[in-house]
Amino acid sequence: MNISSRIPDQPEPDKNGIIPEMERRQFLKLGLAITGIFAGGTLLSAASVVDQVFASRQEFADQYPYKPHYSMVIRQDNCIDCERCIEACAATNHVPEYGYRTRILEQVHTESANRRIEFIPVLCNQCNNPACVRACPTKATYKDQQNGIVRVDKEKCIGCKTCMSACPNNGRYYNEETKSVDKCDFCFETRLSKGETLTACAEACPAKVRIFGDLSDPQSEVYQRVHDIEKAVWVQRPETGVKPNVFYTKG
Amino acid sequence: MAESVSTETAEAPFMTTRWTGLVEAIRSKAYWLTILFLSLIAAAGAAAGVHAKLIGSLEAYGASREIPWGILISTYVFFAVTSTGLCIVSASGHVFGVKVLAPVAKRALFLAVATILGGFFVIFFEIENPFRMAIYNVVSPNLTSNIWWMGTLYGAFIVFATVEYYLLLRRKYRYAVMVGFVGVIVDIAANSNLGAVFGMLGGHEYWYGPFMPIYFIASAMMSGVGAIILFSLAAYKIGREKMEPAMKRALEVTTRIASLLIAVILFFTVWNFITGFAGSIAKQAAIDSLLTGPYAFNFWVLEMGIGMIIPLVLFVKSKGTNLGMMALGSAMMMFGIFFMRYDLVVVGQIVPLQYDLEVNEYQGLLSYTPSWHEIAVVIGGIALVGLFFLLGERAFGGHKVEAHEGGEH
Repeated sequence: MNISSRIPDQPEPDKNGIIPEMERRQFLKLGLAITGIFAGGTLLSAASVVDQVFASRQEFADQYPYKPHYSMVIRQDNCIDCERCIEACAATNHVPEYGYRTRILEQVHTESANRRIEFIPVLCNQCNNPACVRACPTKATYKDQQNGIVRVDKEKCIGCKTCMSACPNNGRYYNEETKSVDKCDFCFETRLSKGETLTACAEACPAKVRIFGDLSDPQSEVYQRVHDIEKAVWVQRPETGVKPNVFYTKG
Repeated sequence: MAESVSTETAEAPFMTTRWTGLVEAIRSKAYWLTILFLSLIAAAGAAAGVHAKLIGSLEAYGASREIPWGILISTYVFFAVTSTGLCIVSASGHVFGVKVLAPVAKRALFLAVATILGGFFVIFFEIENPFRMAIYNVVSPNLTSNIWWMGTLYGAFIVFATVEYYLLLRRKYRYAVMVGFVGVIVDIAANSNLGAVFGMLGGHEYWYGPFMPIYFIASAMMSGVGAIILFSLAAYKIGREKMEPAMKRALEVTTRIASLLIAVILFFTVWNFITGFAGSIAKQAAIDSLLTGPYAFNFWVLEMGIGMIIPLVLFVKSKGTNLGMMALGSAMMMFGIFFMRYDLVVVGQIVPLQYDLEVNEYQGLLSYTPSWHEIAVVIGGIALVGLFFLLGERAFGGHKVEAHEGGEH
């Protein structure tokens, strides 16, 4: 994807993800807000520049006042599909055989000049505007007011599966053992709440694909990468307006 | 038109005649054998549902992570939407003063309760933890959740409709009209929220948008009039009763309304598809699956042919007076509408959520096949509604309607 190419008279990005300069400037202004630019028929570009992000920081902090604001940046092209993240996740969070909290999708670029296969790790996006939380009838799934993680109160889950239908990213499954819908909680229950600083998947990854940290801390690596103007950053299914906290980048 | 008929209704002889045919019929062996038969089917459905709960939905049901909602949800939608339609038919007759429809008003109200109870029977086995639902729907309600509103409002509707029916029996018509007015509003709100359960899921492009709640209310009226024609004719067939002129007139008008509503739904369907072709590839893929893909038989034969086109032809040809054609048309209509709901629910999920990502895992369409457990629960729910219908005809003497003037105001 070549986002710096210039095609003046084209308001929308084309199928190859080429975004006109004006469009790019416009969404850069939005700072952390994720805009709806469609790139490469797949993911969306979202970029920020440091000064503009600082300009919008208060607004951002008012809207999503999490401290820490847990987030993950996935360096997509580093993934080698070793699946150690999936194994670590399953072992840590007692994920049954039939379910998964995270998986790795395989994208084949038949017309690519260099790399033909890319692996895309996916997990719950811990959205700022989570569709699942809106849809849940009993507030069994909720946004943790401290850290922004979308969590599940197993006792309240009635198993209507509306959250599973609501999630635009297929992040949820019904766990027969716990009699509740289950999903990634950034290992909050199993690790973060016990003093660990990394999720099991991030710790297990040998290629440093999954960068986990606090998006409200300008010193953190996730912050640095999300706000790096030199790099394209994107999220999954931006058109659904859920505002994910899992970002994708390369390099 | 309603004006000229109202006088006819007022002096219609059926209000005073006794329904001797039905009395005979309910004493007959055939009636009680049918009751027994339907009870056994409903019990078998419940047993299948309980067994599914014991072994777990993962094994018992065809639904999955990618397609969490299957035939149990679509059958619930079928019953709930029909219930709202019946409630609207009933309210038209005795709340909003469309007197020509008054003869079917009581039966429609009773069946509105019967069908939603059938729906609750089915969804009880769909919901994984129905007992938690009873607690946390009350103590931890989420007011932004359409499914919370839908369930709560349909629950409230049952209360209003039951009170309304009781007041009608006690001939307290003024109160019945007041309760009926609130009841129909609650029911329409419930139906809209059911539409919005689907319409507000931004991840599913086939459902997403304001179309669903609007389609659901039009659809409710279509299945409501279909159901009242079918059940009224069945009641007279069972009772071997000669139909009174006012009832004939009511069914004639209902048949015309049914034709109109089929035309409305055809119109909605056409435009939903045409706009879809200008939309995202995910929505196009869903529509393609109905037009030319794996759901083409369901769509063209069951939904369009059996559910709408043939009934429309039969209704028009019947001129609202050929009861045989009307019975066949309405039965086909209800059969087709069942699959309309099935396709709506399933096709909304068969396009993978990450379809646009073009990853190997999500290249084609997903598939869903109902399991035997699911089918048994569905048939049990249908049998239960049939059972309620037959018992209701007996218990309430064919839901006879008397002129409101005759009662207490």
